[in-house]
Amino acid sequence: MNAKTPITRTYLGIPVPRPKVAFFELSSCEGCQLQLVNNEATLLDFLSLVDVRTFREAMTEKLDDYAIAFVEGSVTRADEVDRLKKIRGTAAVLVAFGSCACFGGVNQLKNRFKDPAWVKKEVYGSHPIETNDTARPLEDFVKVDLQIFGCPVKKEEVEKIVTNVVLGKSIVQPKYPVCMECKANENTCLFDLGEPCLGPITRGGCDSWCPNSRFGCWGCRGPTVDANVEQMREIMNKYGFSEETMLDRLECFGGFAGHAAEMRKTVRRGGPAWPPE
Amino acid sequence: MLFRIAEKTELKALFDMLAEKNTVVGPVQTDTDRKGKPLFAFEQITDQGKLRLDYTTTRLLAKRYFLPFREDLATFTVNGGDWTKDIDYHIDRPYVFFGLHACDINALNKLDKVLMGNVYPMPYYVAKRMNMFIIGIDCRPQPFCFCRSMGADTVLHGFDLFLTDIGDKYFIEVLSAGAYGIIKDLRTETPKESDHLQYMRTVAEKNKLFTARVDTTDLTKILDMEFQSPVWKQWGDKCLGCGTCANVCPTCYCYGVEETVDVGLQKARKTKSLYSCNIVDFAEVAGGHNFRPERSSRLKYRYYHKHRGFVEAYEESLCVGCGRCGEACLAGITVPEVIASVRGEEQ
Ligand code: SF4
Ligand code: SF4
Ligand code: SF4
Ligand code: SF4
Ligand code: SF4
Repeated sequence: MNAKTPITRTYLGIPVPRPKVAFFELSSCEGCQLQLVNNEATLLDFLSLVDVRTFREAMTEKLDDYAIAFVEGSVTRADEVDRLKKIRGTAAVLVAFGSCACFGGVNQLKNRFKDPAWVKKEVYGSHPIETNDTARPLEDFVKVDLQIFGCPVKKEEVEKIVTNVVLGKSIVQPKYPVCMECKANENTCLFDLGEPCLGPITRGGCDSWCPNSRFGCWGCRGPTVDANVEQMREIMNKYGFSEETMLDRLECFGGFAGHAAEMRKTVRRGGPAWPPE
Repeated sequence: MLFRIAEKTELKALFDMLAEKNTVVGPVQTDTDRKGKPLFAFEQITDQGKLRLDYTTTRLLAKRYFLPFREDLATFTVNGGDWTKDIDYHIDRPYVFFGLHACDINALNKLDKVLMGNVYPMPYYVAKRMNMFIIGIDCRPQPFCFCRSMGADTVLHGFDLFLTDIGDKYFIEVLSAGAYGIIKDLRTETPKESDHLQYMRTVAEKNKLFTARVDTTDLTKILDMEFQSPVWKQWGDKCLGCGTCANVCPTCYCYGVEETVDVGLQKARKTKSLYSCNIVDFAEVAGGHNFRPERSSRLKYRYYHKHRGFVEAYEESLCVGCGRCGEACLAGITVPEVIASVRGEEQ
């Protein structure tokens, strides 16, 4: 793919702008970017909609004139803050790409520990490592214009958003929870099968990815608008799941960080104190 | 209506006759729940051995066959500055529904009033509905069934054949000409007076088994009076706003429409998706104003549509009392309990 090839796309005969975009990663697994490149059926269509200036996973060239920056990953190092600010300075639109960028993602699990030095030692031993005490979402450092949720993001959703941007249509993200798509997919509810699931309080749009494979939702897309977390807690209790089971899920991706912290204050627990002092 | 009697062994002949040239959809066991109870669903079957006419209920009434959760209303192909539009009603063959309970056939009859009997029938529904051959089957009321309260425990039309197990034989109601054509080729007899008696006894026995009930006396008026009742807030606090109740309901038909352009810019589509009035943005309008931002008011309006608005328009409830919504609701919100609370009754 040559980023310089000018391709003028039209829709209904009208030329559509081809925005210059760039993809960046901070602390992440790069799984979100991989989602984009791994569906070959629509990859070329996608890449011809936009003018890709930087995309480490798909091309070697690196150009730093771009209007839209898709930034994956959370901020866990001081140098990442500088990089992020530089990207923000260039991009007209900054997109938090995936749950790490939106909420801190799996990385933010370390934020639960009261003693960061202990964590560092447990994980890295005596190996010198430069890392901040916490993993933070992009919005803690720069203005974010659009969030695309998911761990990883759903390729179809990204394509739809980008298509709408190019055509100047408004971007509408689901306000309904995962249960809506799960029911449309006619899955057996995991609670019936004796498994916990955060589907009722988690933002939909993933097409109930996990329940489709009989895995309960872990809430990677964060809370739905109007999430009834208190009632979810009652339901988990009613079905015999421990408070920690619910907290594990609430805390996993960071989208429910506020809810989880609130719940920790009143947690009914039997086991050892958590987090370890 | 024509009545016949058949030995139970004729069931296989009936199934095979229909399955030979048609696609048959019937209740099968698809899962076992955490308590070891079987879970059933409507699936396509070719083997009569899989058919579970003794099923209790299904989580869904296989909406995909008459009201799919998602359906393209139109697709558009772009050619330069021009475009063509294709409409498909997504029905390529008739379906035989083998083993619907009375509540579910009544549900289809209610949907017919809205989606077929209106000034603007919905062709996507009509096309599917006109191509359904329905065989009803009698049932054993479950603890959550309150169809009798809703007048939906028996069904008078909307099916082709209805089978009632009267012990060693099936009592068969033949309603359509198509059904008559089929029954001709089976070994059946004219019921004797003793068969009539056996049928009536079976129905009377069934009626004794109902435990759940809803008092519908003056319900539209009571709902009018209790619009501000504090119980709505209480149920709203429990509700997750998850939409499951509407998704499993055989009579919920509300939907949203979205227009999308494919990433290649060569195709576009207009897609209908079933929606639920319990979802936060159900009553959100252009400009962002939300008429029902609270879960309590959304839940309330679902009940008002089923038990008040529809009754005023059609002189019958939009709820058939199948109990599916209460069974599927993780928060345990059931119609009998909600209505009783509005009536100020202790459950
Ligand atoms: S499996 Fe999860 S997402 Fe699906 S209906 Fe049950 S709670 Fe909702
Ligand atoms: S089901 Fe839940 S955890 Fe799985 S992809 Fe969807 S939102 Fe994420
Ligand atoms: S609701 Fe009524 S008709 Fe439906 S299964 Fe229960 S008893 Fe049968
Ligand atoms: S009543 Fe139950 S099923 Fe319906 S939206 Fe509320 S929680 Fe979900
Ligand atoms: S409202 Fe509930 S009980 Fe009534 S028809 Fe719908 S799912 Fe069945």
